[in-house]
Amino acid sequence: MHGITSSTALWYASRATGVVSLVLLSAVMIIGILVNRQGRLPGLPRFAVLGLHRNLSLLAVTFVALHVITAVADSFVSISLAAAVIPFVSAYEPLWLGLGAVSLDLMAAVIVTSLLRRYIGRRTWRAVHWLAYASWPAAVAHSIGSSKDLQNGPLLGLAVACILGVVGALAWRLARARAEVPRARRVPDLMASQRIPEGHAAGQAPQDRLVRAGRR
Amino acid sequence: MSPTMPLPAMASSVTPGPDAARTWPAQQSPAGGGRLPRLLPPAGQPGSDLAAHLGRHGPVPYRGWSARLIPEVRAAGLTGRGGAAFPVHRKLEAVAAASGRAVVVGNAAEGEPASHKDEALLRLAPHMVLDGLQLAAEAVGAARAVLYVRRDLRASTRLDVQISERERRGLDRVAVEIVSAPTRFLAGEESALASLVSGGMAVPRFTPPRVFERGVDGRPTLVQNVETLAHLALIARYGPGWFRAAGTPDEPGTMLCTLRQADGSVSVVEAAIGAPLAELVGRAGTALLVGGYHGAWIPAAQASRLALSNAALRPLGAFTGAGVLAALPADRCGLVETARVARYLALESAGQCGPCLNGLPRIAEALAELAGLAGRQPGPRVLADLSRWAGLVDGRGACHHPDGTVRFIRSALRVFAAEVGQHERGRCTAGNSPPFLPVPAGPSTDADWS
Amino acid sequence: MTTTLRVNPIACSGHGLCAELLPELITLDEWGYPVIADQPVPARLARQAGRAVTDCPALALRLSRSR
Repeated sequence: MHGITSSTALWYASRATGVVSLVLLSAVMIIGILVNRQGRLPGLPRFAVLGLHRNLSLLAVTFVALHVITAVADSFVSISLAAAVIPFVSAYEPLWLGLGAVSLDLMAAVIVTSLLRRYIGRRTWRAVHWLAYASWPAAVAHSIGSSKDLQNGPLLGLAVACILGVVGALAWRLARARAEVPRARRVPDLMASQRIPEGHAAGQAPQDRLVRAGRR
Repeated sequence: MSPTMPLPAMASSVTPGPDAARTWPAQQSPAGGGRLPRLLPPAGQPGSDLAAHLGRHGPVPYRGWSARLIPEVRAAGLTGRGGAAFPVHRKLEAVAAASGRAVVVGNAAEGEPASHKDEALLRLAPHMVLDGLQLAAEAVGAARAVLYVRRDLRASTRLDVQISERERRGLDRVAVEIVSAPTRFLAGEESALASLVSGGMAVPRFTPPRVFERGVDGRPTLVQNVETLAHLALIARYGPGWFRAAGTPDEPGTMLCTLRQADGSVSVVEAAIGAPLAELVGRAGTALLVGGYHGAWIPAAQASRLALSNAALRPLGAFTGAGVLAALPADRCGLVETARVARYLALESAGQCGPCLNGLPRIAEALAELAGLAGRQPGPRVLADLSRWAGLVDGRGACHHPDGTVRFIRSALRVFAAEVGQHERGRCTAGNSPPFLPVPAGPSTDADWS
Repeated sequence: MTTTLRVNPIACSGHGLCAELLPELITLDEWGYPVIADQPVPARLARQAGRAVTDCPALALRLSRSR
């Protein structure tokens, strides 16, 4: 039974860094979706949006590392280092901690491939990067399931806000993707949009519609 | 949808002009040195009958092991007949040297709507093509042979039966598989071909690596037009000297041409390279389209003085390409024809690369406006827009579709400059006539790329 | 030894980061796609070019070295 009154400093640190990690990881997911859909943040050039995604992810990894190290080092509850990386082998809360280990493993794959992305090829990098969509929900489930902090009070509100943010961004991404024109319609649609409407002033260029090219 | 031109009853042969014949040491040959036809069977003799083919040319002259044929191909100077005119021996060497078991593909996609030569060859001399496929497979050590045939051609020829007959008689050392190609302009592009044969859509891929390194299923792939394979089979039988007895020293041999006369008649002929164009297309109307829809227009007056060779055509920005020669009749407008073809070319874009996808439709619409097909007076910026977009599109795709389209359109604006002036004032020298150049419908669903 | 920068036009979806990072060599056309100068990458820009290759969200840029 772990309440606020009966924990060591390390245990506190682990819970605190855990919360920060969840917020940072959620922000990384949202900004990653923004990068993919070529969205912009006000005042920031495109390379800065990407830079924010990358820097926040490295910051998140740092906090996750601290979260794991303090949890392992803490003697209040026995969590081995192995349990932090191998899913479901922990004696303490095997399910919820196991999900944390799953999230950590997937995150490690995403981070390592991204650091080496220039050398591993587009297809491989993209395939592994998709695992972020498995890593984040595992992190959320781990956070809520293993910590009473997040199950009520303001921290529950924080967790819900993170979830809504990522789910909202994902819904936006899916909507935009569904609106993408299939290959056979791209050129005819563009040609149709080029026809100058009757009342248009002579010589003015029509509203140029940017049609996305793509492999699909 | 696909142009089902009635195939000419017999592809006529054309006697080469004085430049075309060369004297070489006499070699065993069916037609004796520089005389034609070579690929196409003489009038009255069926080339599609296997027994007749073997009786006339003998058995397939396998060399015994790989690469022995390549020096002969180099000596013959054979270049590809699919449009790019790349030296065949270099392709053979590259595929033979690449690591992995090779695949050879005979390309009969004939994506060029104005061309019918591959269709004619498959009907009139399929066994020469199939012999060439086997010899190419032996030369590069291939374990797999594919004949890539436009879907409607496969349905209307007897290739499946002909291949089975060869197998029964033990003629073929590598089993030939026929793969149906979609009726797309880009279906014959070599990386699109490799993509489709590998199970995907017939859309180009980014290169490098080129298909000779990594093509079908990641293996080194030799892609040759079926006419090229037929020439290869003849060289293997009669030698490089015989091959060089026709054509010019720099561009030896013969080539198949699709002739579209000003009166509308269409035929496929075999001509020696260097033959005068005047002998092929007669009075060339007002202008001549040379090569195909990625080729170039040349004025009729100049065309009548030129020969069928890249050396003669290059100064005018043209090249022999896929052998299409289309004479524009006097009662047609070159701008209108070009605009219709440009729209077709835009629709045939694979839609993968931003510049091509965005540029070609805009170019096509602007050209349609200039040609008076858009139902309004051309705006003052049309020519400037065309020029800017052509510059933006040229060389910026994964394949050469934008480049070829731009070459074709720029030649039209050059050759039909007088018409451009008329059209800017809302007039057209020709009436509103039906299309002269064949323009098939474009794709309507994604399945049309498979 | 010359270093050339090339874009894979199929992979490129017009994010435009490359033009921000390497304006000396890359401009965007009117549709947002990169136009790369037809010259080798000068030594002083090599690091920025490498960064553009790494940062392209579509991994569409390629640096190739040849003698």
